[in-house]
Amino acid sequence: MSYEIFLQHLSNGIALGSLYALIAIGYTMVYGILRLINFAHGDIFMIATYVMFYGVTMFFMPWGVAVVVAILLTGALGILVERLAYRPLRNSPRISVMISAIGASYLIENLSIVIFGGRPKAFPIPEFFNHVSHIGSISIPRANFFIPVITVVALIVLLYIVNKTKTGMAMRAVSKDYEAARLMGINVDNIISITFGMGSMLAAVGGVMWGIKYPNLIPLLGLMPGLKAFIAAVIGGIGNIKGAVLGGFLLGMSEIMIIAFLPSLTGYRDAFAFILLIAILLFKPDGLLGKNVTEKV
Amino acid sequence: MLNKNNLIKIGLIVVTGIVLAILNATLGRYSLRILNLAGIYIILGLSLNLINGFTGLFSLGHAGFMAVGAYASALLTMSPAQKSVNFFVKPIVPILANVEIGFLPAIIIGGFVAAIVGAILAAPILRLKDDYLAIATLGFGEIIRVIFTNTQSLTNGALGLKGLPSYTNTGYTWTIAILTIIFMFSLRRSSYGKAFMAIREDEIAAESMGIDLFKHKLLAFTIGSFFAGVGGALLAHLMGTIDPLMFRFLMTFNILLIVVLGEIGSISGTIVSAIIVTISMEWLRFLDGPIDLGFMVIHSVPGMRMVLFSLLLMIVILYYQHGLMGQDEITLEFLKSKLNKFKKKEA
Amino acid sequence: MSILRTDSITMKFGGLTAVSELSLNIPTNGIVGLIGPNGAGKTTIFNMITGVYTPTTGNIVFDKIDITGMKSHLITKNGIARTFQNIRLFKDLTVLDNVMIANHLRLKSNIMSSIFRTPDYREKEEHILKKSLQLLEQTGLLEYKDDKASSLPYGKQRKLEIARALATEPKLLLLDEPAAGMNPQESIELMEFVKEIRDAFDLSILMIEHHMQVIMGVCEKIYVLDYGVNIAEGNPEEIQNNPKVIEAYLGVDE
Repeated sequence: MSYEIFLQHLSNGIALGSLYALIAIGYTMVYGILRLINFAHGDIFMIATYVMFYGVTMFFMPWGVAVVVAILLTGALGILVERLAYRPLRNSPRISVMISAIGASYLIENLSIVIFGGRPKAFPIPEFFNHVSHIGSISIPRANFFIPVITVVALIVLLYIVNKTKTGMAMRAVSKDYEAARLMGINVDNIISITFGMGSMLAAVGGVMWGIKYPNLIPLLGLMPGLKAFIAAVIGGIGNIKGAVLGGFLLGMSEIMIIAFLPSLTGYRDAFAFILLIAILLFKPDGLLGKNVTEKV
Repeated sequence: MLNKNNLIKIGLIVVTGIVLAILNATLGRYSLRILNLAGIYIILGLSLNLINGFTGLFSLGHAGFMAVGAYASALLTMSPAQKSVNFFVKPIVPILANVEIGFLPAIIIGGFVAAIVGAILAAPILRLKDDYLAIATLGFGEIIRVIFTNTQSLTNGALGLKGLPSYTNTGYTWTIAILTIIFMFSLRRSSYGKAFMAIREDEIAAESMGIDLFKHKLLAFTIGSFFAGVGGALLAHLMGTIDPLMFRFLMTFNILLIVVLGEIGSISGTIVSAIIVTISMEWLRFLDGPIDLGFMVIHSVPGMRMVLFSLLLMIVILYYQHGLMGQDEITLEFLKSKLNKFKKKEA
Repeated sequence: MSILRTDSITMKFGGLTAVSELSLNIPTNGIVGLIGPNGAGKTTIFNMITGVYTPTTGNIVFDKIDITGMKSHLITKNGIARTFQNIRLFKDLTVLDNVMIANHLRLKSNIMSSIFRTPDYREKEEHILKKSLQLLEQTGLLEYKDDKASSLPYGKQRKLEIARALATEPKLLLLDEPAAGMNPQESIELMEFVKEIRDAFDLSILMIEHHMQVIMGVCEKIYVLDYGVNIAEGNPEEIQNNPKVIEAYLGVDE
């Protein structure tokens, strides 16, 4: 493999990794607070792409406006899912909450099939992103440059909120000790809503960029990226935002690279993430950066 | 041995047998298919219930183990001619090319292969808990499916297998379903069944009572996978066609739905909900089809049925945390009175 | 003769040393107390003895067998049973099932013979049932046998935990705060009960307890722990007069 082709793959790997990272942050934030795999997260991400589609094609919004609308609506959806599917089960066994999460995910998927139709739709890509840079013999679409930049910016903003603001402090308190946070006068329900809202908004950002990269929209498009992003979060260390980003990059990169170097394994692509997950869980169950979830034995 | 209780049980089985025989003789093709599906879903529901409900291992990989049973049995029952018709992209591996055996041994082998695969896959991850186990087992389901899509000379890849002999009939499904029911009741009553439940209740305490967690979890998982394989084999020979997409997570979801609706851990609940879910899934099929309004035809809306079912699942988990049947097992008397009521309604 | 010996076991969690170079010696048939302020590392010691944790350094020898790092369930099989500080019963199962499950480890039938109820299995099950009922009678829980474990009053739940531990046929019983939450009357009864079971089941007992009355009344030997270090050992009288112990419990004026 030539150096140039390697660079090509590298750029694709970084882009895919950034997308996984953005979705993974939402999983990790929710898991950090509720110890819950928000199965619906991938579907929330999918909704963002459809909001973009309908915003631009049906409501003739300018692209930028559609992005803002998509982010806001998706954030609201995340909060709604938490209200309806998770909050009533706050004190129930984990298995119930998980089933509810799976149910919510399926409900959104099936509703989307009914409402949006099963036929693929084309994500609206603005002219700006149609540009492809040619460096030597390789060609890199403009999106490949923007996606990692946006991921990094989103991460910085998020880390600022979590580490430097009062809300962020409350979020950290709730994830450390739920009951104690409540007793300290923190409105736990509000904090959880904010967490879901922020996670979903990041998923929306991811969704918009996903659409630019993979413009073929189907209602089940959130399923695999969602699962893989969760795996990325586990790989990095669940509950750990930086870990989620690291895990996302690692997973995206290795998916692209394995196929690049071993093309005969292309058909097995969707299995890599799971194999990697199982390996990580067996040999480093706390993830690469250590999990930020305490559990008393 | 033949005390009153046992007599009632035997009587119940005999009555069920007679009812099934009558149904088998009178129902049309379509209804018979539903009857068969109900029996198969009972087996599948009970097998997932053993893993999730008795032992508390939240497994989401059931569809994968069903796929193993389905493919293993199908490759054994299909005629060599049929196989060569199917495998036109790449020829089938020579060992399997000329094999053709009877249905019953094929079902049993299907079950055993699924059990072995289940045991091998589960062994390394059984120490994971709750959601980690769930996501890892979900991964297994996906990995099995991806492998089956790619092993062209073994499974015919994405094309699937067509023209399976349609061996599955009411006799097979319901005999096996009833045997599965008896097996599960007996297991739960046994010392091992109690050990499984102890693990579900409190792993640390169970281990400190001398229960080997690994061994017992592996046993539960393996037995559950066996019945998943058996169910998969029956399903394959009912459908006549199998392909990897059939065994997506959606399949696991349907079975999970049955287990949850029937109260996790309850045997009779699982049985009743398997029947209800199967019948209503078929009955609601019209929702997915095209609807002709006279002046225009609404395109078929696949998914409407599943919208309803996901809603149902949500409602049950949110409002009836103990399933539709309540928490307790249905006793013989309870069943009788319900059955009577049901029959009256039918009439 | 000693049934259990720990040779300077140490347990570190990251940078924190929970237990440091502890050497215990439990005489056969003895009742030994383990006391110390909260966080002194008492339950950690139980967790090391029962295999929940493997000591960072040091050895644990039980009944002439080195059980350091052995799996929990095998340690139970070798003859150590325990109760838990925050009761860990099989809540949704009946009282009788709780005790019967504890017999499972001694069952020598495989799963198939137990499902198909071979005559041999039936015989064993019958034996386990009889044994369990007898145990419930001895512990005064017989009348509750068909109740859900979680429906029992608190004190009875603690007793059921002990009954369940006894069902595993231990040689050494570890009791983690058996008198917690009991009133003085119940505590006194518990003291008698502990002695009774020691004699009836030919046991050695190691107990963690905060009720000094119970400890002083029933233990023949007491170890005092503070910040993971053994600061004193001896009979009740020696412990009561040990200035170090008083210091650890009451603090010292500066």
